[in-house]
Amino acid sequence: MKYASRIYLCLIFGILYIPIVTLILFSFNATNSTAEFTGFSLQWYIELFRSEETWHALRNTLLLAVLSSLLATVIGTAAAEGIYKMKNKLLKSAINAVTNIPMMNPDIVTGMSMMLFFAAVMGIFKIADYNTIGFPAMLIAHTTFCLPYVILSVLPRINELGNSLSEAALDLGCTPFQAFFKVKLPNIMPGVLSGLVMAFTLSLDDFVISYFVGPTNFQTLPLLIYSMTKKKVTPDMYALSTIIIVTVFLLLIISNLRSSKEERSQRRKRKGGGAK
Amino acid sequence: MNSIAAAPHVFWAILFIVLPLFIVVYYAFVDSSGNFSFENITALKDYAPIFGLSVELSVIATAVCLIIGYPLAYIMARAKPKNQKLFVMLLMLPMWTNLLIRTYSIMAILDDGGFLNTLLNTSFHIVGTKGAVIFGMVYDFLPYMVLPIYTCISKIDKHMWEAAQDLGCNTVTTLTKVILPLSMSGIISGVTMVLVPSISTFYISQKLGGGTFELIGDTIERQFVTGALNVGAAISLVMMILILISLTVMNRFGNGDEGGIIV
Repeated sequence: MKYASRIYLCLIFGILYIPIVTLILFSFNATNSTAEFTGFSLQWYIELFRSEETWHALRNTLLLAVLSSLLATVIGTAAAEGIYKMKNKLLKSAINAVTNIPMMNPDIVTGMSMMLFFAAVMGIFKIADYNTIGFPAMLIAHTTFCLPYVILSVLPRINELGNSLSEAALDLGCTPFQAFFKVKLPNIMPGVLSGLVMAFTLSLDDFVISYFVGPTNFQTLPLLIYSMTKKKVTPDMYALSTIIIVTVFLLLIISNLRSSKEERSQRRKRKGGGAK
Repeated sequence: MNSIAAAPHVFWAILFIVLPLFIVVYYAFVDSSGNFSFENITALKDYAPIFGLSVELSVIATAVCLIIGYPLAYIMARAKPKNQKLFVMLLMLPMWTNLLIRTYSIMAILDDGGFLNTLLNTSFHIVGTKGAVIFGMVYDFLPYMVLPIYTCISKIDKHMWEAAQDLGCNTVTTLTKVILPLSMSGIISGVTMVLVPSISTFYISQKLGGGTFELIGDTIERQFVTGALNVGAAISLVMMILILISLTVMNRFGNGDEGGIIV
C-alpha cells in the first residue's frame, strides 16, 4: 500500500511537471523548434530582454497589480469591518451575496459584463477612443475581481477577534478611529496581508478579464503571452514563461520558509509561555 | 468605525458588479440598433449543440479530476507533516503558473509534429480530439480539485480513524463511511472550482482543440471579437444562470461549511 501510494504520487506529479520542464528545456534551444532540442543557447532570452514590448508589459503588469491590490485591500478591509458591525441580517447577506458574484461567475462572463459596462460609459460620456479610459477601466476591473478575496480573508479574522478589544480601547479613551487603527488593525493584519498578496497574484495572473477589458495601449504580461502564442513558433514565449515560473518558484520557497520559521518561533513561544 | 465603513464597497459593488450584469441582461434583450427584441434569445437554440458539448467535456473533466484527485489528496493528507508541506508546494507551483503557459506547453508536446512524436518518432494525432481538450482541462485544473479536498481531509480529527477501526470498520469502510462523508464539503468546492473554469474556457479548446470544434467560451469570445455583442451577452446570461443554479444546488448538498481554500 505504501509503495502503491508512492508510485501514484510520483506518477501524478510527474505528469504535472513534464510540460513545465519541457518548456524550460526548450527555452534554451539553439533553434526555434519546440519539438527537437538541437543545442544550448541563450539567444531567446537575449531577444526577450532586447524587446521593448516585454519591458512595457512587465511594467504595466506590476503597476496594475500593485495599484489594484492596494485599492482592493483598503476597500475590502473597511468593508469587512463594516459587514461585521452590520446589525441588519438581511442587508448583510445581500452584501455577501453580491460580493461573491465575481468569485462564482466564470471569468468570461465577468469580462464580458465589464466590457459592456465600459462601452456604455463611453457612450454616455461621449468618449470616442477607448484607450483614453483604458487604464482606469483595467484598474477598476482588477480591483473588482480582487475585492471578494480580500474580504474573504479579512472577515474571518475580524469575527475571530470579536468586539471586546476595541470596546476596551473605547473605554480607555480612544476615538472610534484610533480604536480601529491602533487596536483592531494590528490584530487583523495577517488576514489583511494575505488578502493583499492574494489580490496581487490574482491580478498578475489574470488573462481572461484583461483580454475583454484591456485597451490596445496597455498590454500586460498574460496578454503579451497570448499574442505570442498566436504565432506558430514561440521560443521567446518559452523564455518569458521560464522567467515567470522561476520567479513564482522562488517566491513560493521564500514564503514557505518564512511561514515555517514563524511556526517554529510560535511553537517555542507557546512552550515558554506554558500551556495555551 | 461602524457599518458605514462598508459604504465604499457597497457603492463599488453596485456600480461595478451589479450594474454591469444588468447591462448584460439589457444587451441580451435588445437588437443591434437598441430595440427590444427576443431574437438573441431565440438565436440561442442554434448554439444548443455547443452548450451540450461544453457541458459534456467539462463534466467528464471534472469527474476525471475527482477520480484522480481524491486519492492524491488522501495520500497527501496522510503523509508526514513535513512531506505534506512539500506536496502542497509542488501542487501550487503549476497552479501559479499562468494557464496560457501550461496549456501552450501541453500543445507543443502533444502536437502532430510536437515533442512527443519527435521523441518517439511516431505520428499520434492527439491535438484536435476531444480527449486532448479533456486532458488539458484536467491538467490545468487538477490542483483546484486536490487542494480543497486535501484541506478538508487533513482537518478531520485523527481519532476518527481510530474510532472507526475500533468500531469494526476496515480500511475500505472507514474510507467510505467516515472519511468520504466528512470530506464532502471539500469535494463540493473542488468540483465547483474545476467545473466553472472548464465549462467557460476558450483558450484550452482553441489550442488543444486545434480549431476543429468550438466550446461555449469560444463562441462568446468570437462574438466579442466580431462585435456581435448582443448574442454574446445572451449566451453569457444563459451560462451565468446555469452556473448559479448548479452552484446553489451543490451548496444545498454540502453542509454549508467552508471546506475549501482559495489561492
